[in-house]
Amino acid sequence: MKLEISGLDFSYGGREVLRQLNLQVEEGEFVSILGASGCGKSTILKLLTGVLSPAAGTISVDGEKVQGMTGHFAYMPQNDLLFPWKTILDNVCLYGRIHGTAEEARREAMENMAAFGLSGYEKSYPSALSGGMRQRAAFLRTALCKSDILLLDEPFGALDVITRGEMQDWLLSMRRKMNRTVVLVTHDMDEAIYLSDRILILGGHPSRVVSQLIPPAPPEGRSRDWLYGQGDLRRRIHREIMGEESEET
Amino acid sequence: MNRWKNKAAPVLLIAALLVCWEAVVRIREIPLYVLPAPSQVVEALIANRGTLAAHGAVTVAEALAGMAIALLLALVIGIAMDAFPAVKSGVYPVLVVTQTVPMIVLAPILIIYLGFGITPKILTVVLMCFFPIVVSFADAMGQMDEEYVQLVRSFGAGRWMAYRLVKIPAAVPGLISGLKVAATYSISGAVVGEWIGAQSGLGYYLLRVKNGYMLDKVFACVLVIVALSLCMNGVIRLFQAAAMPYAAQKD
Repeated sequence: MKLEISGLDFSYGGREVLRQLNLQVEEGEFVSILGASGCGKSTILKLLTGVLSPAAGTISVDGEKVQGMTGHFAYMPQNDLLFPWKTILDNVCLYGRIHGTAEEARREAMENMAAFGLSGYEKSYPSALSGGMRQRAAFLRTALCKSDILLLDEPFGALDVITRGEMQDWLLSMRRKMNRTVVLVTHDMDEAIYLSDRILILGGHPSRVVSQLIPPAPPEGRSRDWLYGQGDLRRRIHREIMGEESEET
Repeated sequence: MNRWKNKAAPVLLIAALLVCWEAVVRIREIPLYVLPAPSQVVEALIANRGTLAAHGAVTVAEALAGMAIALLLALVIGIAMDAFPAVKSGVYPVLVVTQTVPMIVLAPILIIYLGFGITPKILTVVLMCFFPIVVSFADAMGQMDEEYVQLVRSFGAGRWMAYRLVKIPAAVPGLISGLKVAATYSISGAVVGEWIGAQSGLGYYLLRVKNGYMLDKVFACVLVIVALSLCMNGVIRLFQAAAMPYAAQKD
């Protein structure tokens, strides 16, 4: 098991947000966490990165318990958080700069610029890029981390619907090439169905994983047309989030 | 076209005021020791350019030294105030109180303690320039989005590396705003110090020509002080362009 969370409790300002949260993620798996607004989805990622500390419970990576900021996780927040004073190349090489491997990171970044649609923008500053390009730059910065697990916190939530769709198509194609373990937090059902191997539904007060769903994997691969045909799955996810159905599958 | 209009408006206004001033002095035959005409001020400026340059150089040296010390102190104390809330809550009120004491009161005290040399003048500049720099710098660090720091920390950066990579660069625009204000104060600060007691500098020269009722030279000296203050501000703007190239590269 790549990542295992057991019995995690977390409270914020006297309010219990998570209680007895358990989840597992396999090596190379793409898992999405869906849930209503304010249910603690992003909190889970902040607990994993060590920005927040749990009241109880354990987090294990490859069977070893981890605590605090460990470097096992590469975090991508909803806002791109690109540094306005750095060029795109310097932004995406942030991990290398922190760990003293800046040259290697630059080489790797240059090799990936075209695949991330950023070719020719290496020396540009973030303010010169569109929203979609900024998100791709932020994603490249996350992907260039040597961490085992990518944590994506509503990465396309701030984009318009057309750009968001394009970014999802792009991420689906990148996913196959990257083969990394990914935990995606989203409130977008279509995004979760389209991209994930497995979907975890967060619910209850305080929140816990109430259900998990596995979207079908068509032999010809996923496409927008395939996604439009997933009406039953969408309906089911909606009921789970609204608490109308709670059986585990 | 509008841009030209905007730039021409203040120039035309100043030109009109100067013409009126010149006309009133000539028609009413106002003596030099009461009010010199602008043409007399320009004549004094040209005739005394060597003396003004020599005194100006002393004032600029004091202003630059004071600014450099104020900047260094502001960086150290600004970071300490941001990193340690106890330092901020202890130091900040003291800084505010020091700004309420008039410099014209402090400058003679500094001369009593430190003599008539360059040190009390530099210290006067430091006292005038330090506050706007440290407040702008510390506030800019305090107001930045904490998510940036969380991001670099999650990437494995330590606390001080987070300052180097995120907090200090993010506070550069605030720091430059403070420097612009301080640069304008710096020449005036040095002049105040020289006015109270010195053997050279524009403040000393100003006092000497004022006591001799040579008002054309007084006005010429004031013109030099204004020009030097604007130059100091211009230097900071050049520094801003060099330190913030990203501000110019926008779609």
